[in-house]
Amino acid sequence: MVLGGTVAMSFAGLKKGMLAKVTRINSSSHELDRLQEMGLTVGTTFKVVKVAPFGDPVEIDLRGYRLCLRKRETEEFEVEPVA
Amino acid sequence: MRSPEPTPTESGQQPLIALVGNPNAGKTTLFNTLTGSFQKVGNYPGVTVEKVSGTLMLGSQAIECIDVPGLYSMVPVSEDERVAVEVIEGKLSGSRRPDLLVCVLDATNLERNLFFFSQLAEGGQSIVVALTMTDRLAQKGHQIDLAKMSNLLGVEIVPMVGHKDKGIQELKDAIERNLAHPRFPQFEIGFPDALETRVALLRERVARVGIDFTKADVRQALLDADHPFNRFLDDFPEMQEAFSQARAQLAVEGVHHYGIDVSTRYQWASVVQRAVDKEVSAAPKGRSLTDRIDVVLTHRVFGLLVFTALMYLVFQSIYTFAQPLMNGITACFDWLKSEIRPSLASVPVLQSLVVDGVIAGVGGMLVFLPQILILFFFVAMLEGTGYLARAAFLMDRLFGWCGLNGRAFIPLLSSYACAIPGIMAARVMPDPKSRLATILVAPLMSCSARLPVYLLLIGAFIQPRFGAIGAGIALFAMHLVGLVVAIPVVWVLNRKVLRGKRLPFLLELPPYQWPKWRDVWISMYFRAKIFVKTAGTIIVFMSILIWGLSYFPRLTPQSATQVKSEFVQSHPHGSADDIQNQLDQAQLANSVLGRFGKSIEPVFKPAGFDWRITTSILSAFPARETVVPSLGIIFSLGGDVEKKSSDLPKALRDATWPDGKPLFTPATAIGLMVFFALCAQCMATLATVKRETNSWKWAAFMFTYMTLLAYIGAVAVQQIAHLFGG
Repeated sequence: MVLGGTVAMSFAGLKKGMLAKVTRINSSSHELDRLQEMGLTVGTTFKVVKVAPFGDPVEIDLRGYRLCLRKRETEEFEVEPVA
Repeated sequence: MRSPEPTPTESGQQPLIALVGNPNAGKTTLFNTLTGSFQKVGNYPGVTVEKVSGTLMLGSQAIECIDVPGLYSMVPVSEDERVAVEVIEGKLSGSRRPDLLVCVLDATNLERNLFFFSQLAEGGQSIVVALTMTDRLAQKGHQIDLAKMSNLLGVEIVPMVGHKDKGIQELKDAIERNLAHPRFPQFEIGFPDALETRVALLRERVARVGIDFTKADVRQALLDADHPFNRFLDDFPEMQEAFSQARAQLAVEGVHHYGIDVSTRYQWASVVQRAVDKEVSAAPKGRSLTDRIDVVLTHRVFGLLVFTALMYLVFQSIYTFAQPLMNGITACFDWLKSEIRPSLASVPVLQSLVVDGVIAGVGGMLVFLPQILILFFFVAMLEGTGYLARAAFLMDRLFGWCGLNGRAFIPLLSSYACAIPGIMAARVMPDPKSRLATILVAPLMSCSARLPVYLLLIGAFIQPRFGAIGAGIALFAMHLVGLVVAIPVVWVLNRKVLRGKRLPFLLELPPYQWPKWRDVWISMYFRAKIFVKTAGTIIVFMSILIWGLSYFPRLTPQSATQVKSEFVQSHPHGSADDIQNQLDQAQLANSVLGRFGKSIEPVFKPAGFDWRITTSILSAFPARETVVPSLGIIFSLGGDVEKKSSDLPKALRDATWPDGKPLFTPATAIGLMVFFALCAQCMATLATVKRETNSWKWAAFMFTYMTLLAYIGAVAVQQIAHLFGG
């Protein structure tokens, strides 16, 4: 999906080493509140450190610490690569 | 009034402080340093959260200190978190409000820790901050401006250097000061004015109808119509109306959704962090030590190799290295039995009760201690170093698809040695739903106590017909059965039985560090103590109960004499031992257990089991390893079958149904093994499940489902074999 020239994608589209930003959270369900409370709020920039050997979860570096999350549980998060 | 001691609380009780903070912030290490071994571990009513409290000495004044489980947020998403939050706020029934909160903040991870602090601060309780990991921050060339931070937050900040206990005395002094002269956090988070004015107004209104909401509670209820706090308004329609009106107005002004609350707090946290975190020297060049270690440890090839090697070491340690210690304990209790037996010979009932009931029960419980201690040594090491999180990261994909997560690996692997330490190790899983699912399937893993049964039956029925290779395959298959069955069980549990929402899997990878030995010892010591105190009492009690059922009623002296004389007539060359064995068999057959075995023989007939096998199975419910001696007694060989190991397989092969058909076919043997593989024949496990889930409900559920599965499995084997003419 192309929106205003930027590429919207989910965590599944990110590669190791990429810098990315949360642009939108397409859900009001509370299951994702905790992810926001862990610091993954809209506008947060993070770096993809590693993808686990079996393809999931993904390790990211945000706000100075390392967090792992599952691609398939974070599909509602829209992210875009940052140059 | 001036007093050297902190002001006693209103009720005159000793002051209560609570240690709170994010997971991985060094809270438990701090707690252990403050309280040492003056700790108590119990359960909060109704939930699986452990209540850990201890005594902190400030001079001669004793202070009660609670170690609240680590929280990322004061808005709970699970029952366990709800309890932790209520303990902090003093709202849990039976608990009192802490006089002071000691909030542990990780200096290297300030933004996220400050987010939590911002929520905590709104509860209106006095706080003192323990700033941990300052040494680690210094290694990065950074330092926290403590005066500025104290100014910005409004509370006292005490820097800590974890590994050297530096800052402990200063923290104790600060606790003493703050108990006497409480300080309350003061800062503005900077929520939109439109929101804050409405929050203040609504808070006044709800207070008037008697609802004790903090500002944060009102804000959450307002920003999120689904928030559980809104339920408190159910009885007040005019309040509900006021909230929804305010909500609608905010939406018009562009302020809605809980995300606003969170992101405003993070903006504040980020500003504070930038203001207080100063670069004082050049940061070391290149990647951090943790990153360099992780290049190997989370590598897709080397990472998995190291993981496999480490897990093999853990497994071998509990499976093999614990064995000499377990043998030592058994030998001690055997010695005790042989010492006590003669002195009670004049009263056979008392002799049997003390020797076969009490001493056997206590010994059968204590024999688990080596495995528990060894496993918890490893768990504390793996958790303390930060490796456990890496193992979960590597394994998550493999466990995630059926509803568990990467952290399930340690409990399940350990259960292959023994389900008891395995179930206790499930506390490495913070998500209560995954933890419960893991606990419920852990006993399906084939533990070492099943091995003697497999060896006996494979030796008697599989090896003679299918050779050594067949025996090897059979042994391997028996270890696989439980795992294969566990997968659909977890699947069903997650969909049908375990209620509550499933939380997204979140895993923090903390920097590597050396664990403190004190933390490791304390963890081992308390796991062992809890097992002996809670599970242990149940196990000993049940051992005595089962002893009674297999002992009473006794044969009358006349019938005992008759059994003996009949045996002597049919076996003129029988030794005194043979006569005693025959008598023991008759006594067991006559006992409540034996009679029950006979009466439910028809139930087990579809599995090909007669009353003798059935009674052996029944007598093995307290501990499955007793089935071999039980088979020995019931096939008239005496309970001490290990000394004449060749006799029992022969006796089993020669055993027949009343019509002369052989009792055991290979299918019966396999069915019996499958039964043992799946059945919950271990009281110690059930007692541990009760203790770890804080409810008999789950222990009963586990017992029921496993016994049913075992029965279905055994019947299926027999019937399928029958279909194919086996």
